[in-house]
Amino acid sequence: MTISASSFDALQLKNVGRSFGGQDALVDLNLTIRAGEFIALLGPSGCGKSTALNCLAGLLPLTHGQILIDDKRVDVLPAEKRDFGMVFQNYALFPHLSVQKNVAFGLQMRGVPRAEITRRVAEALALVRLEQHATKLPGQLSGGQQQRVAIARAVVLEPRLVLMDEPLSNLDAKLRLEMRTEIRRLHQSLGLTTVYVTHDQEEALSLADRLVVLREGHVQQIGTPQELHDNPANWHVADFMGYRNLLDLTVETVNGSEARVSGRGLSLAGHIVHHAAASDSVRVAIRPHDLTVVEPGASTSGLNTVEATVQVVEYQGREFAVEAVTDAGQNLFVHASSAPRPGDRVTLGVAPSRVLIYQADLAAEAGSPVTQTPLESVAS
Amino acid sequence: MADTPVIDAGRPAVRGAEKIYSKRRKGSGPANRMPGERSLVASPGTWFVWAGIVAFFLFLFGILISVLVDSLGKSWFTNWLPTEFTASWYGEAWSRFELAHVIGVTLIVAFSVVIISILIGVPASYVLARSKFPGKQVVMGLFLLPVLIPPITFGIPLATVMYNFGLGRTLIAVILVNLVPSVPFVIITMTPFIEQINPTIENAARMCGAGMRSVFLRVLGPLLVPGILAAGILVLVRTVGMFDLTFLVSGPPSDTLVVAIYRAMTSAGGAEPRPLVSAMAVMYTVMMLVILVIALRFVNPTQLVARVRDNPDD
Amino acid sequence: MSSAIQSRQSRTRVKSTASLAHRLAERGIDARLWLLAPALVFIVALFVYPFAYGIGLTFQPLARTTEQWGGGPFANYVEFFKDPFTFESVWLTMKLALPAALFNVIVSIPLAFKLRHRFRGKRFLSTLLVLPITLGTVLTAQGLLIFAGRQGWLNRFLLDTHIIDQPLQLVNNYLGVMFSLIISGFPFAFLLVSSYLSGIDPSIEAAARTLGANWRQRFRRVTLPLLAPGLATTFILTFVLAFSVFPSARLVGDPGGDTRVMALMAYRAFGEQQNYSMASTIAIMMGVIELVVIAFVLLGRSFFYKGSTGGKG
Repeated sequence: MTISASSFDALQLKNVGRSFGGQDALVDLNLTIRAGEFIALLGPSGCGKSTALNCLAGLLPLTHGQILIDDKRVDVLPAEKRDFGMVFQNYALFPHLSVQKNVAFGLQMRGVPRAEITRRVAEALALVRLEQHATKLPGQLSGGQQQRVAIARAVVLEPRLVLMDEPLSNLDAKLRLEMRTEIRRLHQSLGLTTVYVTHDQEEALSLADRLVVLREGHVQQIGTPQELHDNPANWHVADFMGYRNLLDLTVETVNGSEARVSGRGLSLAGHIVHHAAASDSVRVAIRPHDLTVVEPGASTSGLNTVEATVQVVEYQGREFAVEAVTDAGQNLFVHASSAPRPGDRVTLGVAPSRVLIYQADLAAEAGSPVTQTPLESVAS
Repeated sequence: MADTPVIDAGRPAVRGAEKIYSKRRKGSGPANRMPGERSLVASPGTWFVWAGIVAFFLFLFGILISVLVDSLGKSWFTNWLPTEFTASWYGEAWSRFELAHVIGVTLIVAFSVVIISILIGVPASYVLARSKFPGKQVVMGLFLLPVLIPPITFGIPLATVMYNFGLGRTLIAVILVNLVPSVPFVIITMTPFIEQINPTIENAARMCGAGMRSVFLRVLGPLLVPGILAAGILVLVRTVGMFDLTFLVSGPPSDTLVVAIYRAMTSAGGAEPRPLVSAMAVMYTVMMLVILVIALRFVNPTQLVARVRDNPDD
Repeated sequence: MSSAIQSRQSRTRVKSTASLAHRLAERGIDARLWLLAPALVFIVALFVYPFAYGIGLTFQPLARTTEQWGGGPFANYVEFFKDPFTFESVWLTMKLALPAALFNVIVSIPLAFKLRHRFRGKRFLSTLLVLPITLGTVLTAQGLLIFAGRQGWLNRFLLDTHIIDQPLQLVNNYLGVMFSLIISGFPFAFLLVSSYLSGIDPSIEAAARTLGANWRQRFRRVTLPLLAPGLATTFILTFVLAFSVFPSARLVGDPGGDTRVMALMAYRAFGEQQNYSMASTIAIMMGVIELVVIAFVLLGRSFFYKGSTGGKG
């Protein structure tokens, strides 16, 4: 093995920023990636996640900041000298080269001896289970197979870092799940350090060791899947993490980290995530899984309860996703273990600890303690 | 003899069909067509269309075959066909107009124009397809102008400049003036072709460790070959057929075949004998057909006349 | 404190990374632009410079022009507009180019419609249509002279079928040039209209059909509006082709009279009278007049929907 994978301790991004003609696409990204880690950059389209990845790859020059590997600058190197591998959303296979030659391309560029190229290409193709397609052209393969070729092409170089730009978003749902497992397996067996860009929170949660949530070029939160899932730093992250019920309410009373909020015919006890004072406009986030249909006769003590009328019921495997509307006309997304019928009156219950209260204004939430900026925090 | 019945039989049928069906069409209209019925199967409109096409092609082939028959006829004045056939006009035209030289000039001009316009045009189309830069619109407009403006409009000032520089009637001048529409043509054809090559492929090559040179030689180059072939063959067809611009700067030693035909048709003191010109025209047609047959291996017919993206259903 | 120092360090480095090259690259100015240089040099040397030179030349009339027409440096333009022999050529050109372009586009529409589905021999048909375009006007002219001449097959056929008594004068006049313009212009227009038509997603029309539109309504309300910009473009290109007609006007037309088109006048001034400044004047006026017509068509086109037509295109 001429190039050994993961040959560093830490890769640091310091204040990395990029603007396009005065428009900020990415602002002050600070992140330290340890060898072997799987990092997901998560956010809606246009949030700067692909910009971040392309800056890291060297395909876009940085406007600010630097990228260091073990304290050595790499942002001054052109893309082809960084020893990173990359997997693209549209596969970006060379259409005129066979699968084999696609995978061998990078090794040839590095002047690896022919015998070794043959061996390593065979190894890489075996890894993604494409041995019998080695001589085909990319156009003859299915989408999933093409993406596996792309992955093989990236990992055959045993790069210091693998970058993946929404590699699964062009695949259909079933293949997406299979490939997700495949990527996880490859990551675990090869120990490749990976930065993975996606807009799919489920994908990010299932794959990554740590997630970076971006919005309009700004980092919203960095943390483990657990942290983000249970304690989103602001309502935007909550929205992204599947807190489908986002209610704009007003704070009535505050008691430590507990508060009572009301509006729209609702009055709920909830948990203040950062800070809130009486009469603040807040946005309250509740996951459909935490807001359940209370079975008749079950105890509701300690729960917030809301009366509502069932409108839409969807079967989702073992449970039911229900959309209900309160008497005041507020729509709520709820989970139920047994199917109510549209038109039924139901009582909904949610524990106060799972009613998360955020400032409605995202800027007012900035610099909050839950956002875990790893390693050095930046004074500005 | 074989041609006459075709024309005899074809014409009246065509004319008749036009009248009858256009009348019937007004009476019935599309309303009495059953819903879901294939409207195109043998409807009056279809007959009308085919009649028009047949008429057009009778005209076209009439023209082409007239030239051919004329070039083979000994004396053709008052009959459907010449009284006697001969191939001697060809030999005479060949020596009278020094056609070996003329065809040589035509090929040298055409291939030089193809190669130079590709060398200049392809790199420019790469930039126009891939980069955004200030003033890009202006540059694009500049490359579009020679295609939009009538050749005579820029040809006359250009020819004047050529004569001023002492290049009049030289091969170099003929090549240079033909480049003016050809380079923009290559750019206009190649830019969309390069645009449809996914730019991430270049990024992928760079991420595999390929420098700019390798990206161009090993990835982009092979992908561009079909486009370059198509653009090249189109430029070839256009240059061989280009009359206006070549005519403005060429003189007898640097005439291409089309210009030589024109000169023979208009030569002072009464034109050359018609069959002599026809023989030359047939040779020109054969040359064009050969190029056309080669061209159609690489491009579809529509692309020969205008920049249109390839339609797979042709 | 350490964080403050580090921050200052990073700020100074921030400056250095956002170097001039990077900032220019951000605006799209990078080393790749050099690839554009040969083409730019070429276009400036062989198009912009001669064109500018030609415009300059129009203001340096020959002494005889100034004497005859006055107007100082504008003498060429004075002659162009005042000399009926010259100015009439504008109308003669228009009389040929506009009807020819209109005819070619309008006839192409029903044909393109009928032939838009796949059928065997479609490619062969297009190939045949390409023939007259690639062969060019000089060859068409020679063929027309023979085929449509007084002794040609066309007249002979019309006489033999007793449709006419006397051979018709079909060449060496306005009609001859018109034939030539149609033979080379119609296939061009047809192929263009066909390709625009195939660019309209057929499911759009299918949708109109499910909404109850009949053949005529579908054409008038859905397809034609989507096709209109393409038709405008086709008209422009066909017009450009017919407008600069030159060899056929000389060979199958009546170059002294009815088909004394501008291109012919410009060439005469250039080649026969060696009056380069007048030749340039007529050439430039040709460009101006053509651009005016194009501008009118584009103005009309701007009222149509120009976006995606949903199909391959």
